[in-house]
Amino acid sequence: MAKTKRVRVMPAKRNLELIMLLFTFGVYAFALAQVQLATIQVLNPEGWFFWSVPVVLATAFHILLRFKASDADPLLLPIGFFLNSLGVVMIYRLDLAKPLSDLDRTVGQRQVIWMAIAMVIAAAILWGVKNHLSLRKYIYISMALGVLLLILPLLPVIGKTVSGAHLWVNLGPLSFQPGELAKIALTIFFAGYLTSRRESLSVVGRKVLGIRIPPARELGPIAFIWLASLAVLVLQRDLGTSLLYFGLFLVLIYVATARAFYVFVGLLMFISGAAIASKFMSYVGGRLEGWLNPLDDSNYSAVGGSYQIVQSMFGLAHGGLFGTGLGGGLPQIVPLANSDFIISAIGEELGLVGIFAVLAMYLLLVARALRVANAHADDFSKLLAVGLGFVIALQVFIVIGGVFRVVPLTGLTTPLLAAGGSSLVANWIIIALLLRLSDTLPKAGTVA
Amino acid sequence: MTPEIRRVANVILLMFLSLFIAASAMQVVNADSLNNDSRNQRAVFDGYKTQRGSILVENKPIAESVASSDAYHFLRKYSGVQYSSLTGFYSLYQGRTELENSLDNSLRGDNSAQFFEQLNALFSGNPVTGASVELSIDEKVQQVAWDALGDNKGAVIAMDPTTGRIIAMVSKPGFDANLLATHNTSDAASNYKKLLTRADAPLINRAISGNLYAPGSVFKLVVASAAFESGKYTPESTLPNPPRYTLPGTKTVITNSGESKCGGAPKVSIATALKLSCNIPFAQLGIALGQDAISAQAKKFGFGDSVSIPMKSTPSVYPTGMDVSQTGLSSFGQFDVRVSPLQMLMVTSAIANGGIQMQPYLVDQIFTSNLTLLQETKPVQIRRSISTSTAESVKNMMIAAVAHGVSSNGAIPGVVVAGKTGTAENGVGQPYTLWFTGFAPANNPKVAIAVVVENGGGLGQSGRGNSVAAPIARKVMQAVLGK
Repeated sequence: MAKTKRVRVMPAKRNLELIMLLFTFGVYAFALAQVQLATIQVLNPEGWFFWSVPVVLATAFHILLRFKASDADPLLLPIGFFLNSLGVVMIYRLDLAKPLSDLDRTVGQRQVIWMAIAMVIAAAILWGVKNHLSLRKYIYISMALGVLLLILPLLPVIGKTVSGAHLWVNLGPLSFQPGELAKIALTIFFAGYLTSRRESLSVVGRKVLGIRIPPARELGPIAFIWLASLAVLVLQRDLGTSLLYFGLFLVLIYVATARAFYVFVGLLMFISGAAIASKFMSYVGGRLEGWLNPLDDSNYSAVGGSYQIVQSMFGLAHGGLFGTGLGGGLPQIVPLANSDFIISAIGEELGLVGIFAVLAMYLLLVARALRVANAHADDFSKLLAVGLGFVIALQVFIVIGGVFRVVPLTGLTTPLLAAGGSSLVANWIIIALLLRLSDTLPKAGTVA
Repeated sequence: MTPEIRRVANVILLMFLSLFIAASAMQVVNADSLNNDSRNQRAVFDGYKTQRGSILVENKPIAESVASSDAYHFLRKYSGVQYSSLTGFYSLYQGRTELENSLDNSLRGDNSAQFFEQLNALFSGNPVTGASVELSIDEKVQQVAWDALGDNKGAVIAMDPTTGRIIAMVSKPGFDANLLATHNTSDAASNYKKLLTRADAPLINRAISGNLYAPGSVFKLVVASAAFESGKYTPESTLPNPPRYTLPGTKTVITNSGESKCGGAPKVSIATALKLSCNIPFAQLGIALGQDAISAQAKKFGFGDSVSIPMKSTPSVYPTGMDVSQTGLSSFGQFDVRVSPLQMLMVTSAIANGGIQMQPYLVDQIFTSNLTLLQETKPVQIRRSISTSTAESVKNMMIAAVAHGVSSNGAIPGVVVAGKTGTAENGVGQPYTLWFTGFAPANNPKVAIAVVVENGGGLGQSGRGNSVAAPIARKVMQAVLGK
């Protein structure tokens, strides 16, 4: 009688993840200590709160992964933790720079709590969604949810305007940016919708001048998304959000159909639409001027002019190659340094070296998503992974590009770094979905 | 879908590449200009974080940072109003000027030569202490120049013509830079306003910048050089010397200035004309040479260029597009010719140095707080302004001008002095601008000097270069030579 011996597989990926997590925990502790020593000259016990809450939760998340997704990508959790904890450090550092009379010196503490909530939600989603393919059943619900979330800030009473853009919702003491969550719902919808329509979108159609033009009815949804994006641009007054959704859609339709035609037509439509819309909106001209000639005195001193970006430029130049060191600079001079301009605070204190490290982290995160997309065999998984990866890449490009003057400034948040609960929750959900996607990769040899 | 995903990956890579490039451009390539933007508060706060280096004359600080008990940790302290045109000021609210400005990087410890110290600071957390600067100024000569100017408005600048090393630089009136260095906002602001609105403009550095002056007869050195360089003239070439001369195409009549004794002969040599500072022969010489030739020679002497000593000088001007009569006037330093004392010193120094012009400099050495040498200035040739033989000819005429000409008050017993005075008109009824420029000993020059005195030295139109400016120059040269 042969005994069957149960082979216990060492979860190599999880061990790798643990090593990297421990490393990021160490970096986090070091950074917190440096911030305290540089700004208040003593080690304050509140540092324990900042350190232990995220560390305990990340460890719990890691243990959950060992049981519920042992094959998941080992880099995603450490990258998410690293970026999020770096954001907390900067936000805490900016709190400490505020005068004692300032009542709003607890942004960092709230950010830690939001980080905890976001990780709990992400863990719950990882636990609840055993297989991402089940999400396909909810694509139209996702669409409805996405649209609803986009409209929320425009509703009376709960809608809130921050520096001209209508991106916020007020619910009692809490305020959040529903657009952050909408990007996940819409990614799921686009991926599901395009999976079912990719045949008809890519094959059918007459050839004109050697280019296959899809039939009009197939262009309907594209026109709808286009109009919706322009509506976001006009009604919410934010180019970044509008560009984010439209760009996401174009990339997914391109990956689904392999037809660059959609990208060209889509970009053309978006640019012309945005150009026409900007003619009717006075704030756009000022924004463009402030983007192109920020150092110009008339733009610098104008209300809503380039003061903010110029202060950020001064800070970044001040940081130079190696930065002033955490707590050594003056990032608090830049308005909104802990949210829209957190990358500028990082650039000032950690230097160009720090910026490169942060960008490399994002790039790695996106690369892991694309790797997952490549390795999956089915269309929905591929599109979902590409969509989730690209939405981060594009958002990073629009926000950080705004700070470094590659594109005009917009109201989007810096993923995982900026102060703000909704943004953290949304981006941790993306990490959870990517973990799930990477865990369900077809095993070598089972799929051709 | 795989090739499409790869293309998307490439697009993402391009997006990130643009971020990498834009970040490098902003934080490294354009960092200097952003850091020096006057709207940038960070530089000001930063400047007070570490002890700023001292500016030293013969190892004694003329500007230093001393500990202060307020939020800025250090207060800038200045000694001696005779140094105000050198140090300038370093103020919380009014920015910085002169050496405090042009040496700012070194003084605040941000000089690229201190790279390893900065790297060390990065890891140790101890801020870099600013580097100190030892000037080439001679304390005694500077004091003599300051005293010799007396109550006059004007400037004295003296250097070794063979190296360009500046020995003294004075601009009068000076100001007390401590008035602007104070950390008290309202005091600093009101002091600044007072200094700025004072009629005698003490904040202007008359030696190198600010208002340029009409050179008058000292410009004849440039015209004589142009004549000899053309090959058509020698010091013995003669020119008509009528008692009165009507400029071609005009009714403007010029005479030789009252100071000169050019009357007599109907023809004079260029040598005599320079010695006695005759305007009429030089007007004709200038017209014969043409404005292009004079302009080219002026350019070779450095007109039109700003010099960094390391403060930037205001470029001197020889006008363009003049008609014949204006060219005539420009030939003895009138019309719109405008110069700085530094420029005239550079002309004289080139003549003294066999035609080779040296880069003037104020900084001997820059060293760190622990006395490690960071930078040492070595003499640098700028250009050859004139040939050796032209230099020799002009020098001999200048020796004659002091020995038995109209620049006689520059003479020092026992030393051969070369020099030229100038008395420039500034319009009807306006007091003259008085000049002396020269060098000594003429055949082995140790010092070249330019002196300018505004407002006719208080004597209105009766002040002369020889009576007011030349004695000042003599005292300074004597101080250098120890005679």
